[in-house]
Amino acid sequence: MKKFTKFLAFALAVTMSMTALVGCGGGASEPAADADKAAEASDTAEATKVGFIYIGSQNDGGYSQAQHNGTKAVKEYFGDKVETIIAENVAEDKQTVKTTAINMIDQGASIVIGTSFGFMDALEELATEYPDVTFLHFSGNKMNDTNFGNYFGAMEEPRYLTGMIAGMMTKTNKLGYVAAFPYTEVHIGVNAFALGAQSVNPDVEVKVVYTNSWGDPAGEKAAAESLLAQDCDIITQHADSAGPQLAAEAAGKLAIGYNLDNSEIVPGAFLTAPVWHHDKYLVPTIEKIIAGTYVPESYYGTMKDGYIGLAPMTDLVPQDVQDKVNEVAAKMEAGEYPVFVGPISDTKGNVLVAEGETLDRAGIWTVMQTLVKGVSAVE
Amino acid sequence: MLVGFLSAAIIAGTPLLFATLGEIFTEKAGHLNLGVEGMMYMGAIVGFIVGLNTLNPILAMLGAVFSGGMGALLYAFLTVSLRVNQTVCGLTLTIFGEGFASFLGQRVMGSIVPADIKGFFVARPIPGLSSIPYLGEIFFKQDVFVYFGYLVIIVATYYLFRTKKGLNLRAVGESAAAADASGINVTLYKYTHILLGGALCGLGGAYMSLVTVPVWQEHIISGRGWIAVALVIFASWNPIKAMLGAFLFGGLSILGYRMQSMGIHISQYLIDMLPYAATIIIVIISTRKNKKEDMPPADLNNPYFREER
Repeated sequence: MKKFTKFLAFALAVTMSMTALVGCGGGASEPAADADKAAEASDTAEATKVGFIYIGSQNDGGYSQAQHNGTKAVKEYFGDKVETIIAENVAEDKQTVKTTAINMIDQGASIVIGTSFGFMDALEELATEYPDVTFLHFSGNKMNDTNFGNYFGAMEEPRYLTGMIAGMMTKTNKLGYVAAFPYTEVHIGVNAFALGAQSVNPDVEVKVVYTNSWGDPAGEKAAAESLLAQDCDIITQHADSAGPQLAAEAAGKLAIGYNLDNSEIVPGAFLTAPVWHHDKYLVPTIEKIIAGTYVPESYYGTMKDGYIGLAPMTDLVPQDVQDKVNEVAAKMEAGEYPVFVGPISDTKGNVLVAEGETLDRAGIWTVMQTLVKGVSAVE
Repeated sequence: MLVGFLSAAIIAGTPLLFATLGEIFTEKAGHLNLGVEGMMYMGAIVGFIVGLNTLNPILAMLGAVFSGGMGALLYAFLTVSLRVNQTVCGLTLTIFGEGFASFLGQRVMGSIVPADIKGFFVARPIPGLSSIPYLGEIFFKQDVFVYFGYLVIIVATYYLFRTKKGLNLRAVGESAAAADASGINVTLYKYTHILLGGALCGLGGAYMSLVTVPVWQEHIISGRGWIAVALVIFASWNPIKAMLGAFLFGGLSILGYRMQSMGIHISQYLIDMLPYAATIIIVIISTRKNKKEDMPPADLNNPYFREER
């Protein structure tokens, strides 16, 4: 009897942990299903297999969902010619990423796309170990000459536009910004937002609160509440959940999201959001890889490329505001409206960009490591 | 300003209150269940899904009670009947619960809590009490879930310290062998109170998904279960102290944001550390004072074998 109970205990514990693994995997069944389909398809036509590695789940309501929208567009565009293999909830440690990618390559993937910054070093090593496979990396800065490229977008452009909207609509002249961590990418967004707001409203002040986390909806909501308590009447975010928008809605104030069009989730507050159109990069790039003409590049998609943009502005944005924003957006789409044009100074009054100077991509990522005048934050 | 902050602290502390109380019952039965986080996740997702489908707030809460209880039942079967190591089993339950919630949550990601339920959980000032200056604003202009939390704390305190069953429970936790010898059904007491504990953790989770963030999102509990485990020690296994501690820790969890928005320079990391630092200090103080009622149940984490008595 005692032996049996011990066995039972063990079996239950194992079942529990296995279920947990399946639970975390979520879409674990999908790659298998895709692979089966792929096996059938390969008898008739040569489908290219593309592996996508996500840090979250494909419907996480934020970052990975935006990535997955790109994947879906790729599927739609290529139809039978491309099979996708998706791995979700992949942690940012090198061995996990490598195992996941190698597993995809073993299933026949000839393109592997990593969509989080922390996947970079693993992809770099794999690119050397698997010269026949092409690796694309979102948000990184490493590449090689043969089979490893990276891509990112000029999010400062739509951020500037959202700043204009907020600057024109605010009544208190105080705007709240919920951000995850203080680092360059976030600083660029905050600064672009502030400059956009200041371009239409010189008295506007941007207050930033950092949550020091990418995954805490309640914390992001509480951070927004603290900004609302400081009289901010429009909240925006460089954070992944709908928490800040929900806080604004509950307080009867307005919100600008990030990554996704949340007009249906937060109808009472949602104005618009800067969004990614990953397909604008992925489709032509995959096409080139299939054709054998791909040369690794460090892609930086702009509004002109259509790679980034604004989610449709809701009816909460007055028509005259929409008109003004569309006017500037049209100039950005024509490539005639750079965001960081001097004079720009930092919070202490030191000149960051001199009068008459304009920052290009490299300049943006080196200069914008601090916050501009008119922004208050504790770092 | 301060009143607004304290009122928000109550809301931030309410999930902690339920979870801490749940863990107090579990530990009073002599079992350390580190699966609080997992059971909160189970309560959060099941409460959310039931609410979404029935539009009934009470059924949503019952769903959370049920699923938290089911998580605890698994734990109770493994640790009470099969006497598996409690620490390991609790940790597994945490991993299991989070996976369970992500798995079920796939289908409802981004769904909104229905208006009927949102409307039920709006702040409802209690006539009379809410007009007390300051205190009324802080404690009695909240939603019914919060009031339910107050009620549960009062009932739990009475039960633990003023009823025979409460005395029996504490006896089981202090010395299961002695309790068994005096005719108390040890297994029954352990099972009921571990289940009760899980149910309360489930309710704490449901508060997060139904009231705090009324849209299903990943990582909704985000470590609050672990704060609850620390709170049990902080509160020295006393429900009233647990309530105060929950509101204090809730306040600390949002204090950093408030200070940032006011431009006060203090590291967020330092503030995030405070609940745990406070717990360590409390443990040191209570160990030095060595007062019996502040000590953990003597039989905590010891599996009970009648044959070895």
